[in-house]
Amino acid sequence: MIADFYNYWVAIILMMIGFYIVISDANLIKKMIGITIFQTSVFILFISMSKVEGGTAPILIDEVTLYSNPLPHVLILTAIVVGVATTALGLAIIARIYREYGTVDENIIHAKDEEEYEDSDEDLS
Amino acid sequence: MQSLLQHFELSVAIPLLAVLLILLFRNQPSLREASSLSIALVLFIFTTQFIGSEQLGVTHTLFSITPGLSLAFHIEPLGLMFALLASGLWIVTTIYSIGYMRGNKEKNQTRFYLFFALSIAATMGIAFAANLVTLFVFYEALTLCTFPLVTHKQNADAKTGGRIYLGILLGTSILFFLTAIVVTWLQAGSLDFIPGGIFDGKIGKTGAVILFTLFMFGIGKAALMPFHRWLPAAMVAPTPVSALLHAVAVVKAGVFSVLKISVYIFGIDVLADQNAAQWILWIAIATMLVASIIALSKDNFKARLAYSTVSQLSYIVIGAALANPIAALGGAMHIVTHAFGKITLFFCAGAVYTATKRTQISQLNGLGKQMPFTFSAYLIAAISIIGLPPLVGSWSKWFLIDGSLNVDNYIVLLAFVLSTLLNCAYLLPIALRAFFKAPDNEEAGQNIKIQEAPLACVIPLCFTALATFLMFFYIQPIYDFLAPAFLP
Amino acid sequence: MLSQHLLVLQVVVPLLSAPLCALLPLASPGKYFSNKLAWLIATVASLISFVISILLAIEVSKHGYISYELGGWTPPWGIEYRIDHLSAYVLLIVSGIASITMLAAQKSIEKEIAHEKISLFYSAFLLCLTGLLGIVATGDAFNIFVFLEISSLSSYVLIALGNNRKALTASYQYLIMGTIGATFILIGVGLLYMLTGTLNLVDLQQKIPELLDSRALHAAFAFFTVGISLKLALLPLHLWLPNAYAYAPSMITVFLSATATKVSLYVLFRFFFGLFSNEVTFGEFHLDKILLPLSILAILIASAVAIFQDNIKRMFAYSSVAQIGYMTLGIGLATKSGSVAGMLHLFNHAIIKGGIFLAMACIVIRTNSVQLSNFAGLGKRMPWTMAALLLLGLGLIGVPFTAGFISKWYLLIAALDQRSWLAAAVIVGGSLLAIIYVWKVIEYAYLKTSSKTIDSDTASTKEAPLQMLIPLWLLVAASIYFGFETSFSFGFANTAINALFK
Repeated sequence: MIADFYNYWVAIILMMIGFYIVISDANLIKKMIGITIFQTSVFILFISMSKVEGGTAPILIDEVTLYSNPLPHVLILTAIVVGVATTALGLAIIARIYREYGTVDENIIHAKDEEEYEDSDEDLS
Repeated sequence: MQSLLQHFELSVAIPLLAVLLILLFRNQPSLREASSLSIALVLFIFTTQFIGSEQLGVTHTLFSITPGLSLAFHIEPLGLMFALLASGLWIVTTIYSIGYMRGNKEKNQTRFYLFFALSIAATMGIAFAANLVTLFVFYEALTLCTFPLVTHKQNADAKTGGRIYLGILLGTSILFFLTAIVVTWLQAGSLDFIPGGIFDGKIGKTGAVILFTLFMFGIGKAALMPFHRWLPAAMVAPTPVSALLHAVAVVKAGVFSVLKISVYIFGIDVLADQNAAQWILWIAIATMLVASIIALSKDNFKARLAYSTVSQLSYIVIGAALANPIAALGGAMHIVTHAFGKITLFFCAGAVYTATKRTQISQLNGLGKQMPFTFSAYLIAAISIIGLPPLVGSWSKWFLIDGSLNVDNYIVLLAFVLSTLLNCAYLLPIALRAFFKAPDNEEAGQNIKIQEAPLACVIPLCFTALATFLMFFYIQPIYDFLAPAFLP
Repeated sequence: MLSQHLLVLQVVVPLLSAPLCALLPLASPGKYFSNKLAWLIATVASLISFVISILLAIEVSKHGYISYELGGWTPPWGIEYRIDHLSAYVLLIVSGIASITMLAAQKSIEKEIAHEKISLFYSAFLLCLTGLLGIVATGDAFNIFVFLEISSLSSYVLIALGNNRKALTASYQYLIMGTIGATFILIGVGLLYMLTGTLNLVDLQQKIPELLDSRALHAAFAFFTVGISLKLALLPLHLWLPNAYAYAPSMITVFLSATATKVSLYVLFRFFFGLFSNEVTFGEFHLDKILLPLSILAILIASAVAIFQDNIKRMFAYSSVAQIGYMTLGIGLATKSGSVAGMLHLFNHAIIKGGIFLAMACIVIRTNSVQLSNFAGLGKRMPWTMAALLLLGLGLIGVPFTAGFISKWYLLIAALDQRSWLAAAVIVGGSLLAIIYVWKVIEYAYLKTSSKTIDSDTASTKEAPLQMLIPLWLLVAASIYFGFETSFSFGFANTAINALFK
């Protein structure tokens, strides 16, 4: 059973690893890595399901009649782009956070915010 | 023009005219007050034309908010009586306010007159409401429009008082009143006020008891314990506000709604059959007695009168809860008699404050000599509230007691007697102090000349006191006016 | 010719305006001019979208639904854009709020965002608008995911532009939680595709009834539930919302509070009642047993937390979480009338909350602070703004003559009809809690005079600029109008849910 559905197992294990990293790690960059792993697991889930046994890559050739399903490939291409954009954006925000707070550790950032709240009247400027 | 005048719902719009004029003349006090007064007169005259008119029973639907919910108005005896009462006493109170506000050099008078007018508009809406939704809409509007009046002084006390006022009134209305309305809608399929009630057998005994209780607690303006605290809390307001709103408009809107719901949503007969008011009857009796006892302990003049109002309102709720036409009629009559009596008492309290800056009863010794009109009026009104002839308060008490006898409820009878005694105990000493006790020594050394309050204050209170006397003899027209609603 | 493509233009117009705004700094004479031009483009694009959504709504009320094939490919092979009553309703809200936000935005944005970034800001805004409109307009499940991510990514950018450094951490937190949510939705879509071989919503709806025994379907449903709840900010997955709303630029809070979560609610309706029919959702998957308790908790807890907030934007953000609880409470009653009430509240709340945050934006632009203590005496210094806040606050409480009352009325009817006493008690109880936190602000504004020393800054606080006041009062007028005239707001929602439910 495990052997037959190994692609799903891989996807799930990666998903859980990624998710765990996101929740448990205090380092913001590592969280981004966790998200990336999480998203990648989903890509693997989709793509692996598109494979048709005995089918070849979904590029039209005259002699071949059995192709793998191209649709999930297309969907995942889109999703990868989304993932890239998310990662880029996340890292950009982290870079700004580093500039503002001097750290990328979530706990230290929290502590700094708490200090600031106790010191002064919270202000938008 | 004739058809326009048929539209009694205009009585909601007429006070709004006053709002415009008051805004226009906000920098000219005399014009401002004159416009308030003249619109009050117009409103009263407009309302009087509907006495005995064919409009009785006609419903004017303004518009439909959503399927099943519409804003509609109708005239029936109870509502017309309430409208006449409120508009008539608006005139009197405006005259009094002129005296009081000027005499005490109060600030923000424009805001005062403005929200006063708005509150009267809301009261007219309540008086002529043809269904529960319209009633609820204007009921909430009244709470909101009176809030700036209650918090007029804008100091810390006003803020606290305002919070209790709004918290209890909005809280009870949203928590209980709205829920009760929705349950009524689901059970009866309609929200209209129909003589004889709208349930038509669709509600069982337990359901009726719970629903009636929900309604009565939901109508926080009727000041049933334990939701009565807003009334003493609202005494932070200037006395004209206390007088009209808490002796006439706000509290009367509460008990008016109580009667309206008892007669037109449940139906007096249904209430009797289902014994739906059993819990409320006990609560009202308790309120009546406990409030009177608390009133005894209060030295602050207005606070004592406030608790007296709480107690008197329960008379009307008992009138409804006895589920007997005569008792309910007595309750309706009590709205009128108590209004005139209580407004006089509040006017007197305000007059005393304006003339002497004194707020405590213990400070009133011997003032009767310097303020004879004020305290004579006080005495007359107090006797009316106690319920002795030849003052009109005796009639409403008579009918209430008659009603309790009709249903053989001797406990209520006993409670009425007890309450009357308590009324004597907390109302009469003030007059006795003023007339028969010597002034305190502290004034002997000071050269404060205490005079009667300004004329604009004294005339209204004499008028309302006199009214309680005159109405005693003209009770028959009032009875005939109200009877169709209760004794079809 | 244009009218044939109206449906796709709904999405394309803001989409194409976005790069226009981004490229402007390169082309224009001076940097200040380009900012004004960017604002103009964004406003015009939003207004055009609004007009299109009105036209679409009129079309839909005539024909029941409109369908558009992208690229001429017939569904289910091609991507279909499909609008029915439900979509038209939400489209109107999104484009309407976007228009009002843009009309009021100029001065506020100039004050809060660095000059070089302003045209990029408007560009990101238009992308966000595109994403939200696209979610509603499309009839393809994966397309929903794509547009969801477009709108989410641009909102992360927009939030991060706030001028407090906490905006960055708020945006980051939203990014993490939002991405997880969107990815869960993606997993759900993937599982559905695996089971049925199609992504078209109508097609999926027809194929799902045969698959009810499949465990993959149950898994898909579960993933959808969590993913949508994350984006919807349903307690306890709401943690991103308070900070995101509090620290974002003021106009972004206006926009997001009135649209982002509403569109997520739309996605809930579309997936759980459009795809899985309501019988399956409630009968087989018992969604109501999850939604009802969580909604009750949301209303009570979020309102309670709101009461203790000192930052008033944050207070209203928690209020939003509670109000979302009301919407899901309506759905959780598992009846048609409950869902209609929830949908109605979506509409009314968008108007009210958008207005409230717009009033907050006015206060920020003049006083630079949203702390409660800042409100002292504001009733005199900014009378029009505070009056608007008062009226909208009354709408939030649910006082009669406001839109909020109508929603509460229908929610109560739906709850009491089901004999759901707890739900009814919570609906009215939530109003009481709302009274407390709204009245805190009103009291400070009207009853307290400024206790801090009157420096020249405080004394000279003027009323907000007219450019912001007019859209604000438009929203106030709308909130009162829909308190009287419910034939559209209720009628349309009713038709929408009736078409959706079996």
